Amino acid sequence: MEVAVIKYNAGNVKSVLYAMERLGVNATLTDDWETIKKADKVIFPGQGEASTAMKYLKERKIDKLIKELKQPFFGICLGLQLLCDYSEEYDTQCLGIFPIKVKKFPPLNKVPHIGWNNLENLKTPLLEGLDESAYVYYVHSYYAELNPKYTIATTHYINDFSAMLHKDNYYAMQGHPEKSSVVGEKILNNFLKL
Amino acid sequence: MLTKRIIPCLDIKDGRTVKGVNFVELRDAGDPVELGKIYADEGADELVFLDITATVEKRKTLVELVTKVAKTVNIPFTVGGGISTIDDVKALLNAGADKISINSAAVKNPDAVNALAREFGSQCIVVAIDTKRIDGIDFVHTHGGRRPTLLKTQEWAKEITERGAGEILLTSMDHDGVKNGFANDITSELSSMLSIPVIASGGAGNMQHFHDVFTAGKADAALAASIFHFKEIPIPELKSFLNEKGVNIRKML
Repeated sequence: MEVAVIKYNAGNVKSVLYAMERLGVNATLTDDWETIKKADKVIFPGQGEASTAMKYLKERKIDKLIKELKQPFFGICLGLQLLCDYSEEYDTQCLGIFPIKVKKFPPLNKVPHIGWNNLENLKTPLLEGLDESAYVYYVHSYYAELNPKYTIATTHYINDFSAMLHKDNYYAMQGHPEKSSVVGEKILNNFLKL
Repeated sequence: MLTKRIIPCLDIKDGRTVKGVNFVELRDAGDPVELGKIYADEGADELVFLDITATVEKRKTLVELVTKVAKTVNIPFTVGGGISTIDDVKALLNAGADKISINSAAVKNPDAVNALAREFGSQCIVVAIDTKRIDGIDFVHTHGGRRPTLLKTQEWAKEITERGAGEILLTSMDHDGVKNGFANDITSELSSMLSIPVIASGGAGNMQHFHDVFTAGKADAALAASIFHFKEIPIPELKSFLNEKGVNIRKML
């Protein structure tokens, strides 16, 4: 199996590569169109800021490529936010796969939301073998709003938000499966089995 | 619900764990990668690796170590000790560290906090504060707590939050090594006052101390070293104790 991890200006991409390595899967970090198109699975990791990430993706036309892909695709953290319509982070138009807004947490509690939080309202093959006692690791200040059609798991912090999204071949997760211990490994394995 | 975090801390010198480690399962008690993996498998929520190596030359081994930890450990980890420049931070994050922690360098040059937060994002910048109470007033100390400054801990904590720190690692020098419990008063004061998480460190001696720092101390996370290294408190036991007492913690699958 060939797994392509999209290379762009996002931080800590290595963690995703190492997590794949631990699962015994060979993943390639690449921004090459052909390699990404041919891959069996594509992972779109992320940690960073939305507007500079979008600018980088547009300059290299990776934004167009992402919308054309047909194989299972997994956006992680900022990767989830960039798949949405719009982010309040520097007023950024994103990729628009999910018709969902990304908003900043209101300052009603500590922000960023850092640490382990559980998944609720789970539905999707990606979460097979897991239930609401599954905790994943989060580090983020912005969240995707709930959408009855596309939200496949929720988490509560300050308010309920979309912990995971799904539409066609596109899957996305706000937490970091690559840092979420056994739960994260299950999710990544489920994705690889799609 | 967001859980309280348990964080074992490993002191590293020249790429090896120092301070006693007493683990029968370990093939090599000095290997921080192996120890880190055991803690992760036992249910630690994060790890902190604190490098106490003095020379620049030997610090290169730290980047190699961070790479090995990132390859092996499936939970987040922070690296601290002697970090001051953007290049230091870049090398450690690129090697796979999730966060870095700065201490004396932030006191010496507070603008470094702004610069690092701008470059890498607040979420990966932890500012460590060593605090000691002198005549009823809490003062920041540097150089492993040996050197006093004129900075009041509360004011300094507020300032670095405004400058872009993502978390505060608060070590009470009065409590550190004494095993009489965490400094719940100042931990609670900072945690209530600040808009960022506070990790409490120093003073863990028994399981009740963790309960107290999460409730009375309002800490978001608690860090300890020797009680974990010497198996005085196994992490799974600590977590079920806290769970029974109603503290929200992460259970392993």
